[in-house]
Amino acid sequence: MQTEHKITKQNYKDYVFNKMPKSSHWKNMFWAFIVGGTICAIGQGFIELYSIWFSDQDASILASSTLVLIAAIMTGFGVYDQIGRFAGAGSTIPITGFSNAVVSPALEFRTEGYIYGVGAKMFLVAGPVIVNGVTISVIVALICMVLGVL
Amino acid sequence: MMYYKGRTLNFSNSYVVDGYTIAGPKENHGKFKGMFDLALDDDMFGQNTFERAERKMFEHAIDGIVGKCNCVHKEVDAILGGDLLNQIVSMSFAARKTHAGFLGLYNACATFVESLIVGSSMLNSGLGKVICVAGSHFSTAERQYRYPLELGVLRSPVTQWTATGVGASMLSSTCEHNCVKITKATIGRVVDFGIMDVNNMGAAMAPSACDTICQFLRDTDGDINDYDAIYTGDLGKLGMSILVDLMAQEGYDISAKLVDCGASLFWEEQKTYQGGSGAACTALVFNSKILSKFRRGEYKKILFAGTGALMSPTTSFQGDSIPAITHLVEVCN
Amino acid sequence: METLSVFVKAFLVGGAICTLGQIIINFTHLTNGKILVIFLIAGAILEGFGVYSKLIDFAGAGASVPISGFGSALVKGALKAAKEKGIYGAFTGGLAACATGISIAIVSGYLVSVLFRPRTKAK
Repeated sequence: MQTEHKITKQNYKDYVFNKMPKSSHWKNMFWAFIVGGTICAIGQGFIELYSIWFSDQDASILASSTLVLIAAIMTGFGVYDQIGRFAGAGSTIPITGFSNAVVSPALEFRTEGYIYGVGAKMFLVAGPVIVNGVTISVIVALICMVLGVL
Repeated sequence: MMYYKGRTLNFSNSYVVDGYTIAGPKENHGKFKGMFDLALDDDMFGQNTFERAERKMFEHAIDGIVGKCNCVHKEVDAILGGDLLNQIVSMSFAARKTHAGFLGLYNACATFVESLIVGSSMLNSGLGKVICVAGSHFSTAERQYRYPLELGVLRSPVTQWTATGVGASMLSSTCEHNCVKITKATIGRVVDFGIMDVNNMGAAMAPSACDTICQFLRDTDGDINDYDAIYTGDLGKLGMSILVDLMAQEGYDISAKLVDCGASLFWEEQKTYQGGSGAACTALVFNSKILSKFRRGEYKKILFAGTGALMSPTTSFQGDSIPAITHLVEVCN
Repeated sequence: METLSVFVKAFLVGGAICTLGQIIINFTHLTNGKILVIFLIAGAILEGFGVYSKLIDFAGAGASVPISGFGSALVKGALKAAKEKGIYGAFTGGLAACATGISIAIVSGYLVSVLFRPRTKAK
């Protein structure tokens, strides 16, 4: 029971913050590390495999693309979000998380049709990644040109 | 005869004839297993979209309550209710199938209690029979308020789980044999204590619950000990403990009597964290557990409050805090 | 032994990047989209200074699979094309380098949405 301070509108946020159950930081970090590391190690496996036939750079791109495809299929089967429930950033930050972010809205909004549903909503979550990524790549390249680094 | 004091109304002839509930599979695996009139094995309910499934649940609940009360659709004067979707489509579309007057209501998860208050007022103004109905569906609410279903995200420990289900009550101005009676109601006001975290709706709603319950007790000079239980809508475990603290500060000890519909819906191992949320919580619990407890004589008089968080995804993205509302009715034997 | 150490490095560096992301989430409660964008921009800026490529040389997939590797690839492509074709390249290079990944994501998203239905979650 709260006796020391009166709860008011002003201090309510602090009061709630202190009362809130906290996420278990160590557990979250442990699973993020294990799952994230495993996805990257699997990616490394594909790189090793593809570099038998392709150049290093192509092998790397193909490996990432394979991971994207696998994550898309896992999303379709409703498995990827189960991993995300405990892995958190471990399944969000790898490229597979990007794939999940593209596929899950596509799947969800299919009921609104292929044009306005799948087509328009596909980048609901992942859109910011493409938009910001392309913008920053152009800016960085222009800055480097202006500075004469290139 | 209707009079009021403060924000509290008195009703003289509002009786709950019966209640009808439909619940989703997860809810029927919870603590209320077997208490629902219809439990779905599949929350698609034979439809091709979740939205249509929710709509069909509303249609089914309205038919169900009419059948259970041995009346015909024609006898019903009005249908009141709502759901959580934009433009309250599930309820409105379901009302196409009926001929009664229809008022679409929205107070988020407080909608069911809101409909009981409006319904009771209408009975006092001369209507004979009204149906109050409210519900929600996990899969439709999740898409509208949060993320696509298949997106893998780590859920915060303060989150709740939107319950799938629809509950309907038949209110009548006459009573044939010892009906449950709605005697008083306090209309809530919108309270905003500045909580921004959309996951933490319990904390956003607890101050409004405290405000309405205290207002009721002041308006009626009521004593908390006269009531067998105080029900709240979907505060969740955290919201409940905040409400107990806030009420203690106002001089009321409600810890022994407080029951939260949402928090009591699921088992711990169903991983809903703070418990259930959504308009279905109050509608399901009132029409199953509470009515049957009254019939068995375990309850004489209770307070039943519905809590609602009135934000939308747009307001959250624009950085606004979460306003909340609580409506309350006094239910007697 | 050589191959094994490549995997260990990928695992450790990839895991470390994800753990860093999780720490940021734990302490700031940022949403998924924001975390992705932050790591993407971090990778892009580090690549601008030529640092991220060195990490990829060291850790392989451990650095290229996280979304920061995506940002780095965008910038690397833009810089390379800018060097060859000037200002025209600065605009085309980034997307061209990542076209495979984006196209596969879009096409597979489309296919999956045709073949599957979203499922209600039990927990």
